[in-house]
Amino acid sequence: MLTVGNWRKTLEAICIPIAALLFSLVLFGIFCFAAGANPFEVYGAIYQAAFGSWSSFQNSLLRAAPLMLTSLCTALPARLGLVIIGNEGALVIGGIAATIVGLSAINQAPAAVTQMSMAIAGMIGGGIWIGIVGALRHYRGVNETISSLLMNYIAIALLNHLVGGPMRDPSSLNKPSSYAIPDLDRLGTIPFLPRVHYGLIYGIVACVIAYFLIQRTTFGFAARTAGGNVKAARIAGLPVGQLTLAICFLAGSCAGLAGMVEIAAVHGRANESLNANYGYSGILVAFVARNNPIAASLIAILFGGILASGSILQRRLDLPDATVYVLQGLVFLVVLYSESLYGRFKIFKEPEPKMSASSAVQGG
Amino acid sequence: MATEAIGWWGVPLAIVAGTLRGSAPFLFVSLGECLTEKSGKINLGLEGNLLMGAMSAYAVSYLTQGTVGSALSPWLGVLAAGIAGMLLAFIHAWLSQQPKVNDVAVGIAMIIFGSGLAFFLGKPFIQPSAPGLPSIGLGDWSSIPQIQQTFRINLLFVLGIAIAFLMNWFFRATRWGLFVRAVGDNPEAALAMGISTKKVRMLCIMAGGFLAGIGGAYLSLYYPGSWSERISSGQGLMAVALVIFARWNPIQCLWASMLFGGAQAIGPALQGVGVDSGYYLFNAAPYVLTLIIMVLTCSPKRTISGAPGALGTLN
Repeated sequence: MLTVGNWRKTLEAICIPIAALLFSLVLFGIFCFAAGANPFEVYGAIYQAAFGSWSSFQNSLLRAAPLMLTSLCTALPARLGLVIIGNEGALVIGGIAATIVGLSAINQAPAAVTQMSMAIAGMIGGGIWIGIVGALRHYRGVNETISSLLMNYIAIALLNHLVGGPMRDPSSLNKPSSYAIPDLDRLGTIPFLPRVHYGLIYGIVACVIAYFLIQRTTFGFAARTAGGNVKAARIAGLPVGQLTLAICFLAGSCAGLAGMVEIAAVHGRANESLNANYGYSGILVAFVARNNPIAASLIAILFGGILASGSILQRRLDLPDATVYVLQGLVFLVVLYSESLYGRFKIFKEPEPKMSASSAVQGG
Repeated sequence: MATEAIGWWGVPLAIVAGTLRGSAPFLFVSLGECLTEKSGKINLGLEGNLLMGAMSAYAVSYLTQGTVGSALSPWLGVLAAGIAGMLLAFIHAWLSQQPKVNDVAVGIAMIIFGSGLAFFLGKPFIQPSAPGLPSIGLGDWSSIPQIQQTFRINLLFVLGIAIAFLMNWFFRATRWGLFVRAVGDNPEAALAMGISTKKVRMLCIMAGGFLAGIGGAYLSLYYPGSWSERISSGQGLMAVALVIFARWNPIQCLWASMLFGGAQAIGPALQGVGVDSGYYLFNAAPYVLTLIIMVLTCSPKRTISGAPGALGTLN
C-alpha cells in the first residue's frame, strides 16, 4: 500500500511540472502567433538552437552550468521556508572576489592552486553576501525576499564602481573592465566536450551534494523541520538561527561559485557582462524543480537551451531577444498555477485506507 | 556663467530638482503597493507593471500624436499605461488567489513576464521620439535658470499628491475603505460581514496595478523621458520596502517617495559639480537607504505597527 502511494505521488510530482511546461509552450505559441510569427517555426528554432546538434547541445550545457549553481541559491533556503532571490547579487560578488584573488595570484602559484583559491574566494564572497540576508532575517526580522533583491542592486553598483575605478584596466575603453586573468589560470574544457568548461562539473557536483545534504543528513532534516514549522522546531531545541545562517551561507556560496565560473571560464575579466541574468533565471529553475537540487540540474539544462536559443530567434525569425524572457515568464506563471493542482486529480491520490480492496481496484 | 555664480549651491539645488522630478514614479508605485497590501496581498511584480506602463505610454503617445495632436496624445499614453498595468495586475490577482499559490513567488514571475513583455513589444519604440507630458514652471519668478529648472513640476506629480490624500481619506472615512481594511486585517471577519474577500482583493490589486502603470508613464513621458530597456532603476521593487517604511499610510508614502527621489538624485548632483569618483556608489544610495530603513524599522519580536494582519499568510 505504502509503495503504491509513494509511486503515485512521485508520478504526480513528475507529471504536473511536465504538463505545466507543455501548457506554457502552447501559450507561448499563441503569443508568437499573435506577434506574427509561425509558432511551429519558433518551436523548431528553439529546439534546433538548444538540442538540435551536438555543438548546440554543448552550448546549452555551457549555459546550464551557472544556472545549476544559481538555482541552489533559491532552492536551499526554500527548504527552510525562506524565499531568497539575491542570486544575481551573490553571483556578481562571487565573480568580483574570484577576480581579485585571481589577479593577485598571477605568476605566484600553479594554475590548479589559483583556480582553487578563486573558487573558494567566490564561494566565500557569495556566501557572506547571502549570509548577511540570513542574518538580517534572523536578528532583525527583515523580509529576506526584499533585502536580497536590494542586495542585487547594491552588488551591481559595486561591480560598476570597481571595474570603472579601482580595478579598471586603462586599456578597456568602451566597456570598463578589470585586468584579465591569464589564460593559464582559466578553467579548461571537459574532455570529449570541447566547448564546455569545468563549470558544468562544479554545477552537477554542487547539486548532488545539496541533495544529499538536504535529504540524507541530520542537518538537512533539521532544516526541513524548521522550514515546516519554526515554532515546533524551536520547541524541539533546533538552533534555528544557526540553521538560517548556515543555509544562507551555503546558498550564497553556490551562486558565488557561479560567478567564479563565469569569470574563470567565460569572460576572463570582471565587467558588466557578469550581470547576465543567470541569477534571475536561476530563481525560475529552482521553482520549476520545486526546490529539488537533482531536478534543478536537469531543468537547468532545459533552460540553458532556452537561453541559448535567444540569438537564433533574433537572427532567423526576426523576433526581439526578449522573446526568451516572455517564454520564461509564461513558464514561471503556469508552473506557479500548477502548485494549486497538487492533490486535485484522483489518479494521483493514494486510495483511502478505509476503502476495501475492490473499490481500490475500481479506482485504479 | 550662471553655474559659477551658484557654485556648490548647485548640489542641494540639484538634489531638490531631482527630488521633485524623480519622486513621482516612487509615489505612484508605492501608492499602488499600499492599496494592494492593505487588502492583504503583496504584489512584488509592480516592477513589471512599471516597465509595461512606461512602454505602453510611450508607444501610444507616439502612435496617436498624428491623430489627436501632441498635446493630448501623452495623456492617452498615461491612460494606456494605467490599463496595461491593470491587466498585468489582473493576472497577479487571479493567480495569487489560487489555493496554495504564494503571492511573493507570483510577484517574481510577474517581474520576469512583465519586463519581458515590455521589452518584446517595446523594441520598435526605442528609436522614435514621442511627445512628452507638460510641466508647470513654479520657479519662473526667479531670473536664475537653475532655479527655474529646479521648480518645474509635472502635472502628473501633482495628481499623485492628490491621490495620496484621496487614498488616505478613502481608507479612513469611506465604507469601501473599511471593507478593504477589514479584508486585509482579518479575512474571516470580513467574510462574516458579508464581504467577498476575493472581489475586494481583485479590485484593490487591479487599481494598484493601474497606479503603478501610471508611474511607468511618468518615466517614459517625462523623466528621463524616453523609452529604453534600462528606464526603470528598480522603483517597482523599492516600493515594497517603501510601503513598509511608510507604515501602510498613503500620506507617509508621499514623504517616503520624496526621500527616495532625493537619495536617487545625490549621484547625478555630485557629478554635476565635477565629483565623479563614487558615481556608481552614490547610485546605490536608494537601495542602501531602503535596506538601512528596513533594518531599523523591523524587529524579529513583533510585527510592525500598521501592518495589515493577513499580509504574508496564504489565505
